[in-house]
Amino acid sequence: MIDPGLKSELRKQGVFTTSFEELYNWGRKNSIWPLGFGLACCAIEMIATSMARWDLARFGAEVFRPSPRQADLMIVAGTVTKKMAPQVVRLYNQMPEPKYVIAMGACAISGGPFKQGYNVLKGIDRYIPVEVHIPGCPPRPEALLHAFMTLQEKIDAQALTGPERPRHLVAEKPSEFPVPQYGENDLVPPSNPAVWRPPPLAKVS
Amino acid sequence: MESAEQLKARIEAAKPGIRLELLLNGSSSAQHSLLLQKENALAVAQFLRDDPALRFDYASNVTGVDWPDTVSKKVIKVKQVVDGAEKEVDQTVEEKKPGYLEAVYHLYSMALKHGPVIIRMRTGNRTDNTQVPSLTPVWRGCEFQEREIFDLYGIIFQGHPDLRRILMWDGFKYFPMRKDYVEPDDYEYEPTAHDEVLEKAKQHNAQEASAR
Repeated sequence: MIDPGLKSELRKQGVFTTSFEELYNWGRKNSIWPLGFGLACCAIEMIATSMARWDLARFGAEVFRPSPRQADLMIVAGTVTKKMAPQVVRLYNQMPEPKYVIAMGACAISGGPFKQGYNVLKGIDRYIPVEVHIPGCPPRPEALLHAFMTLQEKIDAQALTGPERPRHLVAEKPSEFPVPQYGENDLVPPSNPAVWRPPPLAKVS
Repeated sequence: MESAEQLKARIEAAKPGIRLELLLNGSSSAQHSLLLQKENALAVAQFLRDDPALRFDYASNVTGVDWPDTVSKKVIKVKQVVDGAEKEVDQTVEEKKPGYLEAVYHLYSMALKHGPVIIRMRTGNRTDNTQVPSLTPVWRGCEFQEREIFDLYGIIFQGHPDLRRILMWDGFKYFPMRKDYVEPDDYEYEPTAHDEVLEKAKQHNAQEASAR
């Protein structure tokens, strides 16, 4: 936007220039409030990340909100069972835009080590859009911090006008996703086709 | 701590008319179990809990087992008339053993600090005769565990205060831990698929190719 040379010259004279886009994104990325949402073992690592040694509060995630209505970020930490999946989608629907999801740990990404379980949902990204995936079982607190910083960079890079603008500024894009129902043997529907397509299998001989 | 045979003798002496069966465990742990009949299971359980020499007051683990129907082939010698002369001929006979579901209880004594004692109860078959008396009135710890067995195996515990599914949702139709449970077909993705996952992946590929 502004020529960086001009910007630094003005800075030296004590004049700080910015653009609305930078300011808006800076405010958003430095004050992401997570929803306290731990399901299983990754929740312990999430708690450790928010404690003294790997403090998450210095990144702006000061308070873990108990209510989805006040949260921006849902860190899905732990195995999502099929019994819990409709509740996860409901909580996501209750979060106001702009909202982000971090899938923490192997279980939230794809079912993890319990993928063949009768009650395990093979990844929360079957029903809600996920911004950052953190592999690991469990990922170290440093990995969660790195994911948080990746999310911050992603927010910073969002242009507010034009076709690339984020979902919450596009009126047509949905911000609530259909909640799966309990079927006889599986959830109905087993995945949301608008959000997730089965990955193409690379080598099937 | 007395052995399983002594325990069996003690129970049969105290409660005349009750039949118990001793199931031997051939492994090195040698944890033999007592098979109870459905009619007098509650009486035996109460005796195990209240008898001053036994005092088994803690049911630490209740689990279910699915024994499917087995078909075993045996080769027996049968006298048959062949070519006018009576000879012994080998004949294969199929023996069908119906399956059953089983609930296994591990009991310890907190008062006298001995244990474990393992008792089992079997259902009639795997389809319609799946009732078994509940031992929750005797040991409170069986409450949730019997609910889990009902959820995963389908054994109905009569006398249980609140028998409903605990891990799966209430509308779930099948019993996941039975040997004949068929999993739903989700797209199970593995980067290096092999065995069953590879078979499923090939079928999915074929479906997608024919859909296109």
